[in-house]
Order: sequence, then structure tokens, then C-alpha cells
Amino acid sequence: MPTIGNAQLKLLEKLCNACAVSGDEGEVRSIVMEEIKGHTDEVRVDAVGNVLVTKKGNGKSPSTSLRTSQPHLRVMLTAHMDEVGFMLVADDGEGLFRFETVGGMDVRQLPGKAVVVGREHLPGVIGARPIHLTTAEERKQKISLDALRIDIGPGTTKVKPGDWATFATRFQRSGPSVLAKALDDRLGVATLIELIKHAPPEIDLLAAFTVQEEIGLRGSRVAAYTFNPDIGIVLDSTPANDLPDWEGEENIAYNTKLGLGPAIYVADGSTISDPRLVRWLAETGTASKIPYQFRQPGGGGTDAGAIHKTRSGIPSISVSVPHRYTHSAISIARIDDWKNTLALLQAALANLTPDLLASERA
Amino acid sequence: MTEILPFLKDLISAPGLSGYEDPAANIIADKWRPLVHEISRGTLGSLQGLRRGTGKEPRPSVMIATHMDAIGLMVTGITDGFLRITRVGGVDVRVLPGTPVNVFATGAGASGTGATGAVTSAGEANVRPPLPGVVAQPSAQLLPDEARDGPVALEHLFIDTGLLPQKVSELVRVGDLVSFAQPPAELSGETLTGHSLDNRASVAALTVCLEELQTRPHVWDVWAVATSQEEVGAIGAAGSAYKLRPTIAIVVDVTFAKGPGASDWSTSPLGKGPTIVIGPNIHPALHKSMKELADKLEIPYTLEYTPSHSGTDGWATQVAAEGIPTLVIGLPLRYMHTAVELVALKDIQRTGRLLAEFIARLGPDYMDKIVWDK
Repeated sequence: MPTIGNAQLKLLEKLCNACAVSGDEGEVRSIVMEEIKGHTDEVRVDAVGNVLVTKKGNGKSPSTSLRTSQPHLRVMLTAHMDEVGFMLVADDGEGLFRFETVGGMDVRQLPGKAVVVGREHLPGVIGARPIHLTTAEERKQKISLDALRIDIGPGTTKVKPGDWATFATRFQRSGPSVLAKALDDRLGVATLIELIKHAPPEIDLLAAFTVQEEIGLRGSRVAAYTFNPDIGIVLDSTPANDLPDWEGEENIAYNTKLGLGPAIYVADGSTISDPRLVRWLAETGTASKIPYQFRQPGGGGTDAGAIHKTRSGIPSISVSVPHRYTHSAISIARIDDWKNTLALLQAALANLTPDLLASERA
Repeated sequence: MTEILPFLKDLISAPGLSGYEDPAANIIADKWRPLVHEISRGTLGSLQGLRRGTGKEPRPSVMIATHMDAIGLMVTGITDGFLRITRVGGVDVRVLPGTPVNVFATGAGASGTGATGAVTSAGEANVRPPLPGVVAQPSAQLLPDEARDGPVALEHLFIDTGLLPQKVSELVRVGDLVSFAQPPAELSGETLTGHSLDNRASVAALTVCLEELQTRPHVWDVWAVATSQEEVGAIGAAGSAYKLRPTIAIVVDVTFAKGPGASDWSTSPLGKGPTIVIGPNIHPALHKSMKELADKLEIPYTLEYTPSHSGTDGWATQVAAEGIPTLVIGLPLRYMHTAVELVALKDIQRTGRLLAEFIARLGPDYMDKIVWDK
């Protein structure tokens, strides 16, 4: 059984340091293609930029796909390659550019951050007015996006409006944790690469590394249409809002907590997970003594929101590695949570049969 | 043009918050040792290098003061493994969320091991690697109503090191220092970004000056001083000015460069040379001779107007002891007091050269020109 060791952490580092804002996923796509080389039966890049991988079962199982009458259960696993970031939209001269955010970002996370711009990763910064020039009244207001610029320094022609930018954060280890940008969803991408390299033998594994999740679950929708799977499983990374409450009250809206293992989705803002899949993952975790948690039902969403509505509908579920400080320059995740996420998926995929979908829904 | 760059990048990668300047002072002392005749630390931590002049004793002296301390944060408490913080120096809380930091842990469990549990070698017994971390903004539902969309007050921000709560309690104690950890980066147009360029960029300019003086004879003694605790009130400069009692003083500090959010009369263009300050903090005769020299040498500069407090070490230096004729030179810098300050290397070089040229021209009779109401 593969697990998370130095090689996997190196891969995660490479994936997190790569820049792949929604619509510009090329860098991560290249890493994925390189990593899965020799481990697939079929691989292609589709019309929107998804990487679609097929890894067929070994034929020993008597199972039959319910949807397509193929000899194996066809299970689609997805992880999105894109991350939130910026696009330069106007050149103010002297190396200063107006920019817009791509994907959901809190503008309060932007002032005073280092960024990299364009294919060459040219370094730049998002500055802020010096505190000395602000008034007390002004400091009570958040700094709005239209007051911010990306500054790459004067005199270069290498950058232009239309270029993408992301935080310049470099991956770091700290004790049991990793600190990096884009853990959402490079954790999922790295997990899916491992699952392809060590695919469960009994099922047809249909892996989709999707694009444009952060701007509306757009890649997964066409990937699900193409694959037409029996089951959809989304590997994502979800916020852990497990910090202290300001009044010292119990934090009852933490979404997930670091250290409690993979977060199984029961319901989020866009998907009611298939109850049979919830049961399957939870029972597998319990039986295999792999820690897991249920993500608190509530808002937010994953690629499952698009996948489960594809064609006549696809039973779907999401599993996330929790991380703190979502969509900011630096997120934090626990290596053990990632390890347990991979372990849970491997154990679950190894015991998956068509009987599951024949069972009572609830 | 960029020979000073490696030194400056080293220097801004070091902490050295106000009152705790040693990490910066050590790097500067190593650089200055071959450039000066004597080097010492002031009572409050300023680094004082003396370069003797060729004039007859008793020689007049010029003090060039550049503060080396940096703004930052300090631990005020620990809650469930998250560090509560306050500021050291002026920090706009709105630039903090998501900022990478280093926590210099000194708790009981911190000795001998560092952030990653690595055992430090005997020779580095006192050097504990800092704990990496990030300034954490809790999610909206954990904050008071006004902070859900507006700026989150410092009392509601934390530092997260990624370590488990028990480990944090062992390693960190109240009063531990937290510095920004943004690595330096060279941007286009020979500009440099990083934290603490205020005012290590001026320390670099003074270093350029000292290098120039190696081949330029000068009559006067030169006190090169990297001052402590400027950010909390020009504390170190006041002590050094009193102790060294220079004949005149030139203070070099960063000033507001024009840029996003900074365009009014108090700002100066980036990359167009230093500023020569005018105002009550400045002796008019010093201003005049520096300006005339820059004109003569065709070194570009901007005039900077400070109607009252110059916001620099010059304010304290001018009134030290019986009073010291003082001049302030500004080095334009964008995004002051953020982790991504930005300077033009050209401005550092020009400032260093202008200082050296000024010093080399200080004759035995220069003070005769320092007269009022001429």
C-alpha cells in the first residue's frame, strides 16, 4: 500500500509551487502528465483542458457496470487542477497593473503580499498605502480591490494585461503540517496521482484532473459527461475553520478540524451526497481503523455539484483533506490528514462492488 | 550598480526588531569591520563604526545615522496553540492576514531544538531556528459583527505555526518576537522587494559610502552608526548622538515613494535619486551645501518638504546635548511598513555616492560656513 512519504511530499511541493489559475492550468497539467506516464491505459486532454485518464480493471471481478453494462464498475475520481488567483486587466505604466481576482477571494487577504506573474513567474508585489499616510478613519475600512495594484517594477515588457498571477508563496514544512498556497486542491491532485499509480484492480478507474472548478465547476461537468461513470468521487480540500471564537464561546461552525482525518461530505451547498456512498466510506473508515470526520453540512461546494447532475444523474460524493486559511497566500494542512485520506480511499475502492449501488439508499 | 545587493538581501532576511537588533547588527558589523578603524556598540545597541580622518586632532566629525531596527510583532498570549500578538512599531493591521512570519521562540522547550526538531550544533547553541508561521484571520463566524467584512483588529488575529498546541506551549512564551518572513525578491528595473528595507536600504547606502571612502581621503572623522529603536521613538540615535557628540549629523532614512496609494506632495519618485529634506529638522546651511554638491555632480535628487517632524532619527539627533547641526536624506521606498517594501537599487548607490562626496569635501574650515542669517 502506498502512503505519504518524502516522494509524495516532494510532489505536493512541486504542485503547490506551480501556478495554475482557473483557465491557465497548463503548469499543473504538465506535472500531472509527467507523473502518470506509464501508469495509464489511456490518457487525453479534452476540449476544455481536463486531463482524462482511464485505468481499466483486471477482469478478475465478476462485477458489471450498472450504467453501461461494461464488465467493471466505472468509478470516476476527480481533483481540480486550478487555483484562485488574479488576472492583470490594465497597464497603468511604470510596472503597475490593475488586476481582478479569479475565483472567490477575500480582498482583505491581498495587501502586502508577494505574487508571481505570467509564464515566467516574474516576481511582483501587491503593496498598500504606508500606514503613515493613512487616517484613523481610513484604517477602519478595508482596502478595496480598486486601490490595489500589482507592481512588478518598471521597465519590462514581459508582462501585459491578460497575464495571470498568483501568490508567490513557497511550500514549507512545519512539524506535522505543510504551509503552502493552493493546497486547495493540489492535495486532491497529488492524491489522485497516487491512486492512479496504485490503482485498485477490481474497478475501471476514470481519473479526471479538472479545470475551472474555482469559477463554477466547469471542467468536471464535461469530464463527467465524457466518462459517464457509475459513481463520482471528488477529491478536494475544504476549509477547517477550527480557530478560537472571539468571545471564547464554543466554536460550533468549524466546518472541519485539522487532525481528525479525511472529511466526508454528507451535504454541501450544491450536492446531497449519495447516502450509500456516505455509508460506504464511513463504514470502511471504521472497519479499517482509519480516522475520518464528517464535514459539517452547509454551504460551499465541490465538483460534485456539477457531476451529480450530469446526464441522467450520477451518484456522487466528496472527500476532502481539511486546510486552514482557504484561498489565501498561505494555507495549512496536516500531513496525517492527507495520509488518512489516501488510506481511506484505497481501502474503500478495494472493497467497492456494484452491490453498493444495488443497496437501499437510506 | 548591484554589488551591494547580496549584502542587502542578507540583511533584510535577518530579524532585528526594535530593541533586539543583534541579528542585523552582526551582519552589518561583519561588513563594516574592514571599512572602519573602530567598531563598538552603544549603550542601547546602536552599532558605531569610526573611520578616522586625515585632519589634525582634535578633528571634527560627521555622524551618518541609519536605523537598523525593524517593525514586527510580539507574542502576547497563546490560545489552543494559536499565538496572540501585538505590534512593535507602526503596523497597519490590514496588511497582516496571510503574511508569512518567523516566530523566535524562547520558551523552555525551545532550547537546543528548532522549528523542525533539528538539534542545533554546539557552535550554534544560542541560535535557534525560528518557527515558520502565518498571520491567521479567523473566519467570519468567529469574529465580532464589525470584523466580518471590515478590517480584523489585531486582537482577533493569530499566528498559526502549524504545530500542535502542546508543542507550541512548550516552545513559545509571551514576549517572543515575530518578524515578517517574506523572502527578498528582485523585481524589474533593478528594484528590490522585501521586509525591513525600512531602513536597511539606508544602511546599505551608508555601506556604499564607506566603500567609496576607502579610496577617497577625508579630513573629518566619520561615525557610521546603525541605530537601534528608531521605530519606537529614535531611541538609539539620541543616545549615540549624545555619546559621540559629532560636529554635524546626516540621517538617512526611507521616505514615501510615489506609487499606488501614495501620490500627494509628501511623496517622491522612485528611482530618481535621494531626497534632500527641507524643514525645521534641517540646518539650512547643510541643506544648501548638499544640494549644491548634488547639482555640481549631476546626481539626481528630489527636494522633500517636512513642515514639522521629519519622522526620522534626525528629530532626536538635532536636539541631542547642546544641539547638533543635522541634515536628513530620504531614500524613496514604496509600501512602507508592509512585508513587501520596494526600493530602487540605483537610489541606494546614488545616496551612498553623494554621502561619500560630501564627506570627502569637508575641509578643516567647513564649520566656519555653518552660520545663521548670512
